[in-house]
Amino acid sequence: MARQLYWEDVEVGSEVTPLPRVATTQMLVKWAGASGDFNPIHFEDTFASKQGVDKPIVHGALKRAWLVTLMTNWIGDNGTLKKLSCQYRGMDRPRVMKSLYEPEEGDTWWCKGKVTRKYVNDGEHYVDCEIWVENAKGEKTTPGAATAVLPSRG
Amino acid sequence: MIPEEAAKLVGKADAPRVYEVEKGAIKRYADAVDDRNPLYWDEEYARNSRYGSIIAPPGFFGWPIRWTGAAPFFIPDSVGNLALEAMSKAGYPYILDGGAEFEFMLPVRAGDTLISSSKLLDIYERESKGNKLAFCILENTFTNQNGAVAFKVRQTIICR
Repeated sequence: MARQLYWEDVEVGSEVTPLPRVATTQMLVKWAGASGDFNPIHFEDTFASKQGVDKPIVHGALKRAWLVTLMTNWIGDNGTLKKLSCQYRGMDRPRVMKSLYEPEEGDTWWCKGKVTRKYVNDGEHYVDCEIWVENAKGEKTTPGAATAVLPSRG
Repeated sequence: MIPEEAAKLVGKADAPRVYEVEKGAIKRYADAVDDRNPLYWDEEYARNSRYGSIIAPPGFFGWPIRWTGAAPFFIPDSVGNLALEAMSKAGYPYILDGGAEFEFMLPVRAGDTLISSSKLLDIYERESKGNKLAFCILENTFTNQNGAVAFKVRQTIICR
């Protein structure tokens, strides 16, 4: 993993290292199998249309899992994620596949965040962050919050 | 109106379910998320980390893992599913995942056994942009083989 982040390295307003993600139809199939969410709204056009969402949508919980990766990449092996929450406000639609491995050109999503609070509690060094998934138009489709404990240089 | 059949389920919990945290399931999950963190993939790396072995990504056992009971509509007799069925009959035929709040207390390692129980905390209605929506709030607590709570998740299902 990358260099370890320390509590002393961050300030209120510091950026969580942004993480790009590309949702593809293939990723949604993998997520369905890995997570057990086989709701056809995520893979069937007709069903999605009947449910009033027009086309299959990206699982909210997959975007939540991206936000976990955003945080765990940033806090490193010796940081500990304590809380993470998010709301699925906007719908996102996956790219289709061009080949077995490559998606067609299209949208890239960015997981982002910034530090909103930094404090010590019971000898542990905490940071609170505002986090979100942003679509290609810059809209926050999945806003949330996270709390982590970071190692301190003491 | 929240129908009586749904309202009477508030505060009720499902019977506990037992889950084994499998290494292969962790890797499939990490692969689906495209998360290459070696703590989930590399035995030796994980052994030399402060965890001492492969761990599951935080939130691995959250919505919508089918067999956790956190995905009510997949488990026919769960409290969550019974509530959603009652809401469907009362004019809320569609559901959407509204969001989730996780609290992590302890790491989850491959080979752990978790016991979970899902509870219906609340159901309420709210108007949003002229539409009536109903919110079902479910809470799931996961206890490990040592009797310690590993994590909790609270999720919101939106009925419309």
